Amino acid sequence: MGEYWLLMLKVFQKPEKWRVFFKQCAFEAQKLTLDSIPLISVISIFIGAVAVIQTVNNLDNPFIPKMYVGYMAREILVLEFCSTMVALILAGKIGSNIASEIGSMRITEQIDAMEIMGVNSANYLILPKITSSVILSPFVMLSSFAIGLLGGAAIVFATGAVTMAQYVEGLQFAFKIHYVYYSIAKMAVFTFIITSLASYFGYYAKGGSLGVGRSSTLSIVISSVLILVFDLALTKLLL
Amino acid sequence: MIRVNNLYKEFDGRDVLKNISIEYKPGECSLIIGASGSGKTVLLKSLVGLHIPEKGEIWYGDKLFTKMKDKEKKSIRKEMGMLFQGSALFDFATVEENIMFPMDFFTDWSLEQKLERANFCLKRVNLENANKKYPNELSGGMQKRVGIARAIALNPKYLFCDEPNSGLDPTTSIVIDRLIQEITQEYNITTVINTHDMNSVMEIGDKIGFIYKGSKLWEGSNKEILHSDCKELNDFVFANKMAQQLRALMNK
Repeated sequence: MGEYWLLMLKVFQKPEKWRVFFKQCAFEAQKLTLDSIPLISVISIFIGAVAVIQTVNNLDNPFIPKMYVGYMAREILVLEFCSTMVALILAGKIGSNIASEIGSMRITEQIDAMEIMGVNSANYLILPKITSSVILSPFVMLSSFAIGLLGGAAIVFATGAVTMAQYVEGLQFAFKIHYVYYSIAKMAVFTFIITSLASYFGYYAKGGSLGVGRSSTLSIVISSVLILVFDLALTKLLL
Repeated sequence: MIRVNNLYKEFDGRDVLKNISIEYKPGECSLIIGASGSGKTVLLKSLVGLHIPEKGEIWYGDKLFTKMKDKEKKSIRKEMGMLFQGSALFDFATVEENIMFPMDFFTDWSLEQKLERANFCLKRVNLENANKKYPNELSGGMQKRVGIARAIALNPKYLFCDEPNSGLDPTTSIVIDRLIQEITQEYNITTVINTHDMNSVMEIGDKIGFIYKGSKLWEGSNKEILHSDCKELNDFVFANKMAQQLRALMNK
C-alpha cells in the first residue's frame, strides 16, 4: 500500500517536458481508450439488446405500460452496465496491457535505462496513461450508453416486442441527468483504479516472464475487486 | 573521476559488497571482474545509483553522489551513459528514436539537430542505415552498438557498461570492446565496465578490479594480471585447461 502511494507521488510530478508528455498522452489515448471502443461497442450492443428482451419477458402484465421496456433498458445501462461492467471489461483489456508492457520494460532494464538518463520513468510512463484514460472516461461511458440504447432499439425493431415509439418514450421517461453524472464519476474513478494499479504491478514486476504474467493477473484481479468495492461506496455516496 | 570509499551493500542481511574502495580515471577503461554472483553488477548499479549502499561514499569529481537527493542526482545522471547487458533499448522506439530519447528530455534542439546528432552517433558506432528499424529487427551486436550510440548521445562524462559482450560471438565482442575503448579515449570519458570475459580484460583492461565474494581482492592492469599472486584471481583467470597450460608455460 505504502509502495503504491510512493509510486503515485513519483508519478504526479511536473513532467520534464510538456511536449513529450502531450505526445505520450495522445499515443496512450489512442492505444488504451480509442482502441477499446470497438470491443466496448460490441458488448454494449448485445447487452442493450439482452436488456430489452429480458425486460419484455418480465413485463408481461398488461397493466404495466410497454414503454417501461425502454425505461428499464436505459436505467440498467446508465446505472450499472456503462460504468461498472465496462470498467470490469477494461480492467481485463487495458489493465493487462499496461501491467505487461511496464513489467516487460522493468525486467529488460528499460526502466533502469530511463532512470540512469535522469528521466523520471514513473512520470514518463504512467502519468500519460492515467491522464488520458481518466480524461476520456466520460467519452467511453457515453459511447457505451448510446450504443447500448441502439442495441436495444435494434432488437425492438427486429422482434417487434414493443413499438419503436413505446421504446423511445420509455427512454425519455423520468430521465435524471444526475444518473449520467453519477455514471461518469464512477467511470473516472474506476479508470484511475485500473490504470494506476496496473502500472504499479507492472512497475514493480520481478522474476522474468513469470513475474510479468503474475503482475498482469494481479492487476486484473485486484482492480476488479476494487471496482466492485468502489461501486458500492460511490453508489451509497452519490445516489 | 569516480572515487569509491569503503562501500557496503547488503540484501536481506547478506553482505553483497564489503568495504570496496577504488578510483576510476577519465580516458581509461576500468574493468570490474569476478565470477557470477561475486557482486560486480551490484557495484556497478550502486555506482549509477540504482542501488543505495548501506555505508560508504561514491564521489563524482568533487560531488558526493551517495549523499545527494534524487533531484540533485539528476545533474550527475545527465552526464552518465550506460550500456546494459541486454542493451535495454526501448521496444516502442526505432533506433533513431532510442538515440534521440535523452535529447528529447534534456536539450532544446530542433528535430533536425537531434537527427543530425543521432546520425553522428550511429556513424560513430559504424551502424548506418538502421535508423528506422526497431530493436527486435537488429542482431545482438547491432543492439549493443545502438546501446553505445544512445549512451554517448549527450556526450557523457561517465560511461558504464554491464557485461557488454554477453551473448556475442568472440569477433563481435572484440569489435564492441574496441569501440568502447576508442570512444573512452576520444572523448576522455571515465568508463567502468563490468565483465567476466577474459578477452575483454586482456584487450581493453587499463585498470582492473577483481571482486571476490563482495570484496575487492586485487587491483591492477591487464599487463599485471597474469603475474598476480592472488590465488582467487588466478583461479578465475586460469579457469580453463588451455589457460592453465599457458600459465605453466609462462612459469617455465
